[in-house]
Amino acid sequence: MNTPINRRNFLGAAGALTVSVLMPGEKASAATLGLEQRPPLVPTKLASYISIRADGSAVAYFGKMDMGQGTDIGVAQMVAEELDLPADKVIILAGDTAHTLNQGGASSASGVRQGGAALRNAAAEARLVMLELASKELGLPVDDLTVANGVITAKSDASKKTTYGQLIGGRWFDTEVEWNGQIGNGLSMKTRAKLKDPKNYKVVGTPVPRRDVEWKLLGTADYVGDIKVPGMLHARTIMPPVAGSVPTAVDEASIKAIPGAKVVWEKNMLGVVAPREWDAIKASRQLKVTWSDVKAPFPEQKELYNHIRNAKVIKSGGAPKNVEPAAVEAAFKGADKIIEATYEWPFHSHASMGPACAVVDFQPTGTTTVWTGSQKPHYTGIGVAKILGVNPESVHAIWVAGPGSYGRNDAGDAAVFAAIFSKATGKPVRYQGMRHEGSAWNPKAPASIHTVRAGVKDGKVVAWHFHSKSFDRLNVSSNESDPADNLGGQMLGHAAKPGLTYAPPENSYEFPVKQQTWDVVAPFLDSMSPLRSSHMRDPLGPETHFANEGFIDELAYALGQDPVAYRLATVTDARDKEVLKAASEKAGWKPHTTARKQVKGDIATGQGMAYAQRDGTRVAIVAEVDVNLKTGKVHARKFTVAHDCGLVVNPALLTKTIEGCVCMGLSRAMHEEVLFSKENVSSVDWMTYPILDITERPHEIEVVLVNRPDQPPAGAGEPALRPIAAAVANAIFDATGVRLRQAPFTPDRLKAGLA
Amino acid sequence: MAKIELNVDGKAHSIDADPDMPLLYALRDDLGLRNPKFGCGLAQCGACTVLVDGQPVRSCVTPVDSLGGAKVVTLGGLVKDGKPHKVQAAFIAEEVPQCGYCMNGWIMTTVALLDKTPKPTDAQIEEALTGLKCRCATHVAIMRAVRRAALA
Repeated sequence: MNTPINRRNFLGAAGALTVSVLMPGEKASAATLGLEQRPPLVPTKLASYISIRADGSAVAYFGKMDMGQGTDIGVAQMVAEELDLPADKVIILAGDTAHTLNQGGASSASGVRQGGAALRNAAAEARLVMLELASKELGLPVDDLTVANGVITAKSDASKKTTYGQLIGGRWFDTEVEWNGQIGNGLSMKTRAKLKDPKNYKVVGTPVPRRDVEWKLLGTADYVGDIKVPGMLHARTIMPPVAGSVPTAVDEASIKAIPGAKVVWEKNMLGVVAPREWDAIKASRQLKVTWSDVKAPFPEQKELYNHIRNAKVIKSGGAPKNVEPAAVEAAFKGADKIIEATYEWPFHSHASMGPACAVVDFQPTGTTTVWTGSQKPHYTGIGVAKILGVNPESVHAIWVAGPGSYGRNDAGDAAVFAAIFSKATGKPVRYQGMRHEGSAWNPKAPASIHTVRAGVKDGKVVAWHFHSKSFDRLNVSSNESDPADNLGGQMLGHAAKPGLTYAPPENSYEFPVKQQTWDVVAPFLDSMSPLRSSHMRDPLGPETHFANEGFIDELAYALGQDPVAYRLATVTDARDKEVLKAASEKAGWKPHTTARKQVKGDIATGQGMAYAQRDGTRVAIVAEVDVNLKTGKVHARKFTVAHDCGLVVNPALLTKTIEGCVCMGLSRAMHEEVLFSKENVSSVDWMTYPILDITERPHEIEVVLVNRPDQPPAGAGEPALRPIAAAVANAIFDATGVRLRQAPFTPDRLKAGLA
Repeated sequence: MAKIELNVDGKAHSIDADPDMPLLYALRDDLGLRNPKFGCGLAQCGACTVLVDGQPVRSCVTPVDSLGGAKVVTLGGLVKDGKPHKVQAAFIAEEVPQCGYCMNGWIMTTVALLDKTPKPTDAQIEEALTGLKCRCATHVAIMRAVRRAALA
């Protein structure tokens, strides 16, 4: 099953039969349901989660999707396990709003942790329903039945048997289930069945291969950019040269020579369409536009952190466990010594591999179809409906693999642009951004500064205060369901509705007094800003842990302790301790209480530890670096990762996911910084927003998976990214004695520290 | 518009196109191929790479009328009689891609490398592949796959 599933064909197969199903304890239910008559897609129907095909295989309807880490495979394994089917007999249909409930899309490393758990419950319920059907058919009690590979056999008489396919194949379950009332990530349902004991797992925990690898490497299925609809036009947007300025005059004659090219200008949104893609691109470049004269909205790049430091605070908050500020100050007053440091982190761009693309076929009175690479297609559909002024029920959003997705990138904005173009032209429209739209105009991870203060008494930390000052983490929402949160919506005049929050993740250390507070500062530009901030892979994790874990290192050295020993002494959770030990032992950690500055020729080498928790996952990482003392260039040569995300569902895919997290984290630590002039964002491509090159990859990533079958599976798509910047900075300190407190770790910053 | 002859994956094609149009759009829009991808349009990422007479070329900046009779091979054209090229097979075996959007560039460039240098050192692999982008950061898996392909 290495080819992608053709939705129409396989659903046709699923709904081919029209036979009544007798449900236990219910009246005969005329389940004459073909594809068109699927029971309403509501969370209280088992059929919304799962169905059995005529051949006895299962389809699970997943309201999230896989962005290439194999989340769908993990979910298939969990479903297969409860159904007593092999993994290859479970198909996952993901991210199609006509066929899946809104499970929140890809979000918060929750694919397996939450989305998978819901479908696992549905599978257990489906198995029980089928056992009850079999009990009736065979005239035997449920307790006398056993299942293997979809065949139900009587324990008392092996000749008495039936199969999933015979019982309900090709028909829909007509079973009500108890839904937990939540929509999005938390959506789940209860099962009457007892879940399988992890001791008896056969499918979960094995390296089942992915199903999207072949088509991606052979070019045999569609990415969203490959979707073609008869009669469609190609569209491009035109972004202002100065952020915040808007078009005031457009010379349509300037593109007259381009066949079929037309201007679409709605309020502050300007673009062009043409039947041929290249013509649309040419028209977008040739069109003569007069822009409004506006004040340059940004400060000089070098003033970024001063700006944040001095900016008026518009919202503040703190951790739930915070104590009275007076108690914190009293604890600091009682200290012998106060240690303080400030860490700075720039804006980051998702800069997905290609600028986002979407196709929208607007039908004012019928069903509007949206093909999107957004990782939250249910919300995309709602956002498109609102911008088109139609009922969300009339919009069918279909997720198709896009050019990468790491949170709220430009995909949602692309869908809204495509919708506006489709409505304006009355034609289906394929919109794709150009590179600058994918790098400069997508939502950004916010720039921030973090001040950490520790009060030390008798060699022990008695007070800890972590304070962040940052741009809004949700200047636009993490999904695109409200026009106010979309670039196109803002251009059409929907006033921004900033979330005004920061609420960063905390570290997991225990101190007698521990305080975490945050301040949010106003955006440079209220609307249509290329620096509007939102969620990017492990939102706020890398930067707050750059500070947390960098400062713990500083503290350890200040207290004359080894950084690993100090962490072990300061965490209390047994699982935390175990990953710290596992990573340091595997890496051959050499305890030290000062920077070792081991130098051979021009190269200084060092080791650094950093550790984090994220929603139940624990990860400890040892980085080993070579620092060229002449050039300031750092090579993070090796990472040793100990990773505990509870039950390991698929060790092979988990390991690769962790490797990707490590390298993306390294890219962000070493290179990434959104550049801007006073007028606009100037990180517009890969030269101005460089990322990790293959020559800079770690030569070794050693992964220790700590498997805990007694614990529910937690997320893995983000946690290992969190401590990378700190691990590298801590290793640089061991190698050179230079403490980097500003990212990225460019040769210039290193050389400045070494000077 | 001009009539332009193209030889792609062993087949002759004739299209009407703006001579300045990059080859990428001819392949994607006129020929309907989905393998070369638009990544940057600036020859900075490699997602659009094709082989032109065996050399890796960034089709997003190659004018469609500049090819003469040159033979263009795309990712899909590497598959012979339904069998993936050994480089594709190695990338499949290593389950390299995440989003997979960049893979076209890595595979096409590796095919050209191994044609010229069947047993490359790591340094030669890096020299050939430097500059290609992978935003999901699968670089270590890519290296494993290239080494595997060289052994195949």
